[in-house]
Amino acid sequence: MSRADAEGVAPVANTAGADPVIVGMEVLIEDVRFSYPSGVEAVKGVSLSIRPGERVAIVGQNGAGKTTLVRQLNGIFRPTSGRVQVGDWITSEHTIAELATRVGYVFQNPDEQLFARTVRADVEFGPRNLGLDSAQVARRAETAIEAVGLSGVADLHPHHLSLSERKRVALAGVVAMGTPVVVLDEPTTGQDAAGVDMIAQVVAALTDAGRTVIAITHDMEFCAEHFDRVIVMAGGQVLVDGHPRDVFVRDAELDAAAVEPPQLTRLARALGWDDQPLSAEEFVGAFARRGAHS
Amino acid sequence: MISLTDVSYAYPDAEALTLEHVDLEVERGSIAGIVGASGAGKTTLAKIIAGFIPHADGGELSGTVRVDGRDLSTGSLVDAVSVVGLVIQNPFNQISGAKYTVREEIAFGLENFGTPRDEMQRRVDEVAALLRIEHLLDRSPYALSGGQQQLVAIASMIVLRTPVIVMDEPTAQLDPAGTRMVFDVLSALRETGITIVIFEHKLELLQQHADRLHVVADRSIVLSGAPDDVLADDRLAQWAVGTTRYVTAGRLARERGLLPPEVPLPVSFEQAERVFDRERSVR
Repeated sequence: MSRADAEGVAPVANTAGADPVIVGMEVLIEDVRFSYPSGVEAVKGVSLSIRPGERVAIVGQNGAGKTTLVRQLNGIFRPTSGRVQVGDWITSEHTIAELATRVGYVFQNPDEQLFARTVRADVEFGPRNLGLDSAQVARRAETAIEAVGLSGVADLHPHHLSLSERKRVALAGVVAMGTPVVVLDEPTTGQDAAGVDMIAQVVAALTDAGRTVIAITHDMEFCAEHFDRVIVMAGGQVLVDGHPRDVFVRDAELDAAAVEPPQLTRLARALGWDDQPLSAEEFVGAFARRGAHS
Repeated sequence: MISLTDVSYAYPDAEALTLEHVDLEVERGSIAGIVGASGAGKTTLAKIIAGFIPHADGGELSGTVRVDGRDLSTGSLVDAVSVVGLVIQNPFNQISGAKYTVREEIAFGLENFGTPRDEMQRRVDEVAALLRIEHLLDRSPYALSGGQQQLVAIASMIVLRTPVIVMDEPTAQLDPAGTRMVFDVLSALRETGITIVIFEHKLELLQQHADRLHVVADRSIVLSGAPDDVLADDRLAQWAVGTTRYVTAGRLARERGLLPPEVPLPVSFEQAERVFDRERSVR
């Protein structure tokens, strides 16, 4: 995706009368704990600081507390103790509706968030609620629908789309909101190779424009190839937090979190290489440095 | 076990065919993996193999669909469900909505087949142990995570012991440990003679567990073969089908003259370990 497209997804400049998009907000999570009414403590003291424009992947087993943690950001859950700050707002002092202007959230199951009669109407709903004029709403929706590759089906009922397409409709709806922070819960599940590429391009465009992307994922290839920070969670706590190259060598923590490094990172380790290739390109580069095949 | 011959299908009121001239053979007691881009017709194919098309969804089906010796295209849906269990893509939609607990939910199909109560309980316990969901049996099917619902949906099909199980992306919401467990369970079921057709995007697992892979593209099955042959096929990209990162790296190394063309592209971890090991390969 070109730079121009990236700006289309989230314009950086705020000229008079133009579409108002806030970009760049820090997220601070300070010693957050969260217990469900059942008494189960799902988040047990997490502190994180996430800069504007970061691409953060949160990984770990089902039940590790990943979803519970990110739901503190948009007020679906409120910390039992500790605090969460998005920009200058402390989340406990704001309503879910207010927080929705700063944190967009794409659910794992799109059917929990799609409701309109057409793809376009669904994507337009969020920006319209922000009080934008109809031309701005239409433009945002158009750009977001195009970014997820659904222009051809924009006037269909989401019901006629496949699950993987409905997931991309939900993503477009959040992209169109123009929130400074975007949370994606398992964005690549059920996507084919082209769908994963499209989502990766949307993530890149968002972060290039200064917006922060926080994605929960089990897809380590997606994580290694497209994110610059990986947070490994287990038992409601953060075990490791760092660049994928540094995280995917922490065997003890990865074992504890039942996370398996990406295919080529594992392969390089098994071959005894000291590089940590994260993509085919890096892997082949490392192979080339070891001398040509005789 | 499964034999589709020249099958074409159009949904009711649709102008175009969704599938055209599909041929598919799956042997008894094997795992067939079906791969293909979204929108290629995989879900339609799953419903045809399970008899939901044409019996539930209507539309125009031509050609023959034989499963376990029966012609599903002419039989009834009741015939079909006694032979084939279908695990659909979104587990939330698979849950009956009629039951209060996971135990009752898993037993729902058996109940409909008139299975005696004590046998029903035994089989539910067995399948729950197999998929490690015993701790969920007394919970409401709706109070579960997506991954847990997916395991319950799988359990409710496995428990029926149909000779064929068709699964449409059954592990999409599971973590890697859960996904591996499901594939291990499927491999164990295969050993008991059950035939499994699985629609999946997780290619490394298909490479490890499937006996054959079939590629759906352009409204038909365009390639069938051993997983290693299919995943190394140069045409996958043109059908918008991915492959393992080992193949991608092998192909890139070959393009740059780092691997001679006579070295087969590595498909699995083990093959890649041999191909990329300088110490062993340099002679």
